[in-house]
Amino acid sequence: MSVKVDNLRVYYRTMRGDVQAVDGVSFSIADGEIMGLAGESGCGKSTLGKSLIRMDARMRRIDGRVELDDQELPLDDTRAMNKHRFKQISLVPQYAMSALTPTRKVGKLMEELLESRGVRFATIRPELERRLTLVGLSPKVLGMYPIELSGGMKQRTVMVLSTLLNPALLIADEITSALDVSTQKAVAETLVEFRDRGYVKSMMVITHDLAILYQVADSILVMYAGKLAEKAPAEVIIRSPLHPYTQLLISSLPEVGVTYEEQKLTGIPGRPPALLDPPTGCRFRDRCPFAFDKCVEEPPFLEVEPGHHVACWKVF
Amino acid sequence: MAAAEPSAESAVAGTLLDPLAVEPSKVRRGEALTVAFRNRKLIFGLSLLSLLLLLAVVGPLLTDLDPFEFYDALGQPPSSEHWLGTTSPGQDVYTQFVHGLRASFIVGAVAGCVAAALGMVVGFAAGYFGGVVDDLLSMLTNVVLVIPTIAVLIIVAAYLSVGSLLSEAVLIGVTSWPWAARAIRAQTFSLASRDFVSLARLSGQGGWRIIVKEIAPNMSSYLFLTFILLFGGSILICATLDFLGLGPSQVMSLGLMLNVAVSNSALQLGMWWWFITPGVAITAVVFALYITNVGLDEVFNPKLRRS
Amino acid sequence: MLALDQVTKVYKVGTFGGKQLTAVRGVSFEVQPGEVVSLIGESGSGKSTVGRMILRLTPVTEGSISFDGVDVAGLKRGQVKGYYREIQGVFQDPFSSYNPIFKADRVFSMIRSAYFSQLGKDDWRRKLESSLEAVSLEPAYVLNKYPHQLSGGQLQRLLIARALLLDIKYLVADEIISMLDASTRIDVLNLLGELKARGLGVLFITHDLSLGHYISDTTMILRKGVLVERGPTERVFANPQHPYTQMLLESVPQLHTKWSGGRSPRPADTEGDDGVVPELVEVEPGHFAVN
Repeated sequence: MSVKVDNLRVYYRTMRGDVQAVDGVSFSIADGEIMGLAGESGCGKSTLGKSLIRMDARMRRIDGRVELDDQELPLDDTRAMNKHRFKQISLVPQYAMSALTPTRKVGKLMEELLESRGVRFATIRPELERRLTLVGLSPKVLGMYPIELSGGMKQRTVMVLSTLLNPALLIADEITSALDVSTQKAVAETLVEFRDRGYVKSMMVITHDLAILYQVADSILVMYAGKLAEKAPAEVIIRSPLHPYTQLLISSLPEVGVTYEEQKLTGIPGRPPALLDPPTGCRFRDRCPFAFDKCVEEPPFLEVEPGHHVACWKVF
Repeated sequence: MAAAEPSAESAVAGTLLDPLAVEPSKVRRGEALTVAFRNRKLIFGLSLLSLLLLLAVVGPLLTDLDPFEFYDALGQPPSSEHWLGTTSPGQDVYTQFVHGLRASFIVGAVAGCVAAALGMVVGFAAGYFGGVVDDLLSMLTNVVLVIPTIAVLIIVAAYLSVGSLLSEAVLIGVTSWPWAARAIRAQTFSLASRDFVSLARLSGQGGWRIIVKEIAPNMSSYLFLTFILLFGGSILICATLDFLGLGPSQVMSLGLMLNVAVSNSALQLGMWWWFITPGVAITAVVFALYITNVGLDEVFNPKLRRS
Repeated sequence: MLALDQVTKVYKVGTFGGKQLTAVRGVSFEVQPGEVVSLIGESGSGKSTVGRMILRLTPVTEGSISFDGVDVAGLKRGQVKGYYREIQGVFQDPFSSYNPIFKADRVFSMIRSAYFSQLGKDDWRRKLESSLEAVSLEPAYVLNKYPHQLSGGQLQRLLIARALLLDIKYLVADEIISMLDASTRIDVLNLLGELKARGLGVLFITHDLSLGHYISDTTMILRKGVLVERGPTERVFANPQHPYTQMLLESVPQLHTKWSGGRSPRPADTEGDDGVVPELVEVEPGHFAVN
């Protein structure tokens, strides 16, 4: 097992109280697996991704542990996590394109970052240039300022930088969201290529876009209101989802081929619960067409078929 | 297909730094007051300011002495009769001090208002209308900004005798608006590109109406802070002018006090009650204003707070 | 009928307008009542600019936009208000569309004071409620609230309700659902479908081909300010002519088919750069593409 998350609980402190963003999440990512983490806004997926690499000042780990290659990660201790970051766990953050300092040339930025991690820039430069070429960028990019690059180019630059030291786990947070459809494809395919070439061992791709995950992920984990709803191989989750939320979500997506006249799709009525004071029991029950009395009790996340986990009483 | 109950979700989602959620940069109403009362800088600044304001208003009433009148005691340290002592020629320092403080507040307020008004008109127009209007107004702003204010004021004051506080205040106001105009222009620029302005246009509303009803209210805290800074800045400029002897000579002011004190070698003669008083007063007023400004900024802008 | 004829938009950038930037070049198309036309383009294609020109939020440099035969650019102050009774817009970011310091229903009161000042309180209330009903919103849940108390989907639907108050003939919908959650997108999209059935003409601006395919009758592909393909949605998707359209269609991630291997070649980047607007040639009845 490459990554093992066990009952992780991460809360945000706010003026009104604690937001229970990630509430008891357990899963594992195998070596070489690209796992997609899907969910809508406010479900906690970004918090989950962030907590694995760097908790910001307001986040607190309440419970649970995370193991990377059988070694427990000291999530709470920023200093101690430092030696894991970039080398073993790396992140391509949301809005990565804005993550490049506008007043530094790209190469200089990379040099400073690498040197601060104890890596001689001169030694790693040939590899860096090779990878840039691999993703379709000219090594001349190193001499340019971020403003001279397009969104897709910046995204790919950050991806190369984040994976340069061959981390065991790469967390990609909404890296395709702000891109054009053609660049999205290029960036998503790059992710797979990195995995295939062994630059990265496993990946956690966080996005709300299930269609992209279907294209590149081996397995998909669906999150709802701070808890896990379903996890299965990508093919299985799309073709035969078990959790009502997943089913409703997939059937609300217009794919090319369906028109309004032919088949009117429906959404999910209502809104996800506020995580400030979440309801007891299954968090989806207010919006679930299949809810019944057992649902006031929180369903466990169980493996109902090999490799297929669900948290739903109706399924059990 | 009923919509959901009102929830704190969006505010919460904002704190989750979610791409699809509300930007939490605007403080919710109730929140503002709570934070305000806990902000030490704001409390300190406002207290000091109130104290000084009280002195300026009530102070002159506590004495029936005249600031320009000469009394028998010459250059005396503080006593029961002359609370802050007397000047070399025999004027009462306390009376001069409180009248001067009052004058400072008046000039600060008037000049601040004039500068704020000019800054707003120019800033809003340049930021909202853009194009040629912006080019011209920016040129004007830059020209006035670059002109050394003190030099201009000296020249003007030398030719037109500045007779009253009001004319001095107007003069200061008319030369200190450029930085406010620039700041307001920048804010207006960013607000004008927001969709709610487009929507106001699609509702048939025109330029200045949109500026007054949509944009300005959105920047109210910013405008208030700008005014406070202009207020403080004007007091400083006024003190400088008065110190150089370019202010009205028939009106007592803190700068004038310093001027006379220095030319009478108060420092060398050790008449601390005479030269420290106006200096401390000016410093205190401006300091109180600036610290109130910093505190308010923290209240209005959550990102500056250190929680 | 809303018609655009050889519409061009050139921006002057730099101090005193030194340099030029062409955002839209020679665009011509029509929108009929009861028709949804999607304008598909990637970022920088100029699609939002087209929408803004139609709404008179930005002036046209060359060419003309006409509504029922009347040139839109030539309208005087008083007539512009009348124009906005026929056509309205909804934009991408629901939270940017509302002034955050006021309540959300202020958008309605702005319409009231501009167009319905003579209506009595009860009449207005009735009108408002029927508009809200048309967008499936409960007045009690959405009125008297601040924007941050409502969801993105509700805010967008409120804006559509606002437009409906005016009995508009056309709606310019600029990426109106791209910032909404997946489960609410379809509701707003279906709403557009219902309104179309009731005679509303919609210009649906988007970068997302799946959405365009779901809802529109006609599809237009805009690339770097130039229309490269236009035709009935079915035909454009089944038989794409221009390499750019083909590339777009291939790149769309679908939910039951994987991407075909290999990277499709991008059409020459210099197309259209010589200032000449490439001509659209009719490939099949109603289906045009640049050669």
